[in-house]
Amino acid sequence: MASDTLDKAQAGDLLRTMWRIRLFEEAVEDLYGRGMMHGTMHLSIGQEAVPTGACVTLREGDQITSTHRGHGHAIAKGADLGLAMAELLARENGYCKGRGGSMHIADVATGNLGANGIVGGGLPIAAGAGLSNKMRGTDQVCLCFHGDGSVGEGAWHEALTLASMWDLPVVFICENNKYGMSMPSEKAFKVDFLSEKAAAYGMPGETVDGNDVEAVAEVVQRAVDRARAGEGPTFIEALTYRWRGHSKSDKNLYRSKEEIAEWKERCPIARFCHKMLEEGVLEQADINQAQVDVRTEIRAAVVFGTQGAEPTVEAMLAGVYAPSPVDYQDILKGLN
Amino acid sequence: MTDMRTMTYSEAIREAMATAMTNDDRVFLMGEDVGIYGGAFGVENDLINRFGPERVRDSTISELGIVGMGVGAAITGMRPIVEIQFSDFTAQAMDQIVNQAAKLHFMVGGQANVPLVIRTPAGSGTGAAAQHSQSLEAWFAHIPGLKVVMPSNATDAAALLFAALEDPNPVIIIEHKLLYKQSFQVPVKIPKARLGEGRIEVEGTDLTIVATSIEVRRAIEAAEQLAAEGINAEVIDPRTIRPLDTRLILDSVKKTGRALLVQEAAKFGGYMAEVSATITEGDAFGYLQAPVRRLCGLDTPIPYNPRLERASVPQVEDIVREATALVREW
Repeated sequence: MASDTLDKAQAGDLLRTMWRIRLFEEAVEDLYGRGMMHGTMHLSIGQEAVPTGACVTLREGDQITSTHRGHGHAIAKGADLGLAMAELLARENGYCKGRGGSMHIADVATGNLGANGIVGGGLPIAAGAGLSNKMRGTDQVCLCFHGDGSVGEGAWHEALTLASMWDLPVVFICENNKYGMSMPSEKAFKVDFLSEKAAAYGMPGETVDGNDVEAVAEVVQRAVDRARAGEGPTFIEALTYRWRGHSKSDKNLYRSKEEIAEWKERCPIARFCHKMLEEGVLEQADINQAQVDVRTEIRAAVVFGTQGAEPTVEAMLAGVYAPSPVDYQDILKGLN
Repeated sequence: MTDMRTMTYSEAIREAMATAMTNDDRVFLMGEDVGIYGGAFGVENDLINRFGPERVRDSTISELGIVGMGVGAAITGMRPIVEIQFSDFTAQAMDQIVNQAAKLHFMVGGQANVPLVIRTPAGSGTGAAAQHSQSLEAWFAHIPGLKVVMPSNATDAAALLFAALEDPNPVIIIEHKLLYKQSFQVPVKIPKARLGEGRIEVEGTDLTIVATSIEVRRAIEAAEQLAAEGINAEVIDPRTIRPLDTRLILDSVKKTGRALLVQEAAKFGGYMAEVSATITEGDAFGYLQAPVRRLCGLDTPIPYNPRLERASVPQVEDIVREATALVREW
């Protein structure tokens, strides 16, 4: 999706999605600060271009798996902001009925197979979704969002190995935000680019500017097309940066204020707005209107969430297991 | 009378997998060496020739990877059977079993089911030493969201596999490697089984023996010897350890007043501690005429030396001795 082909509507959609992510997370941070939200959370402010650019390439039915820093993935995949906010507010009307919270938002019916509290946990699951897509003979593709931290996990290696061996329709999108909690990825991995590792799995690997939403979309589109054509998985490294700490306990001892300021200069939203204005695709009035619209959506989401009921212990216990069939029919057909 | 045939435990599992794959396109098998090798214990045998490499999938040696792929496939419409070659290797896959498969349905508020079946052989007696002989069922039974099955005979191995495949929850089937080659009388038509339904294998009035997996076979043999001594033991096979058929056990103990709980796994923190607590906390407590007694594996890794290996887990003579003491001394 090169910018010379972006029309006003497409540009507006990309901008709105990035703002939804940014403003949703700012609202979450505010609610947390005011004591209206509990637990912990991992904000992706500064990284919005990666999920936005990646998910714009998807068709209905395509899947994603996500991470502990997953609000952006869910929103870019089309999550209902009210259901997401209600989940973070731990209410019965949330996506997961308040059972999962920030690290487990999922919308399985629309292909968001879920965020994940375990670093690397989503990688084999994404490969399994890819296997299922292939075995069911669909042309669905699964995007597997993960962070640079998960590249050190065994799950990462196993998922890439198996997805490659079986040519599965999976796109592994590594959001390299420079730190696995406090561990710099430059220190952890002695390669210039994580995408170099893809060669060891016999799959294409590419590094892209993760703060350039159009560049992300372009690279992911190629990988999605390849996966859909049955040519197997691709590994993409998107270079980006989280402005906030790892989680609420982070004192930012491992990085400098200057570094954070430098990356804020590369804000993916401001950059995109600037470019769209310069190219005449959007006017300042369009941008202002988009921001106003998204603010209204976020306010409505907070209202929806805060109005939700508290879940009950009885309903929680009833939801530990899926109800078993009264009578086993499918597998036993043909038997007595 | 139902028509019966002689089959090994392995053959029954293989036939059940073949039936399931024939009847349901969603079912497939994934594991290490399940293809041309035929499975490390020969359970799969010729399945790859009958169903092809797409449905009998030889994986790399990646336990975490294949269990996770089973989760991903299960939540997107498939019914995977993942074989973990030795139950000891489930340790490699624990994140996907415990943090993902077990909790996904709950964590997403019921939006997704995880109809994943994991089959894995446990137990000692093959001289394979400490990393290939463990009985780890208590690990899994402890996790809300998992169901755990321990078939002690060929019919149950098939019937409970069908039940597991029909269940919308992740089910771990812990098979016993010494049972694979044992022959059993198996009905031509496999009867329906439900997860959570135990069975009285031997009826008796003097004490209740609750045993799992291969210890059910040993308990039945012990019951025959005890009968010759005038002790009528009732032998219960829970078949599924989570969910547990609590009612069956409590009613039996109310009848006999004595309970001997037998497992191959090491004693400390083992599954039979849960059964013991279930009995003493339940309505059978007032009927007890003797303390509930556990007969378990010794608290040691399984040793290589064959004499030590045998001594590490309950044998028939141990059950006879403990049962006799429980009846005669109380």
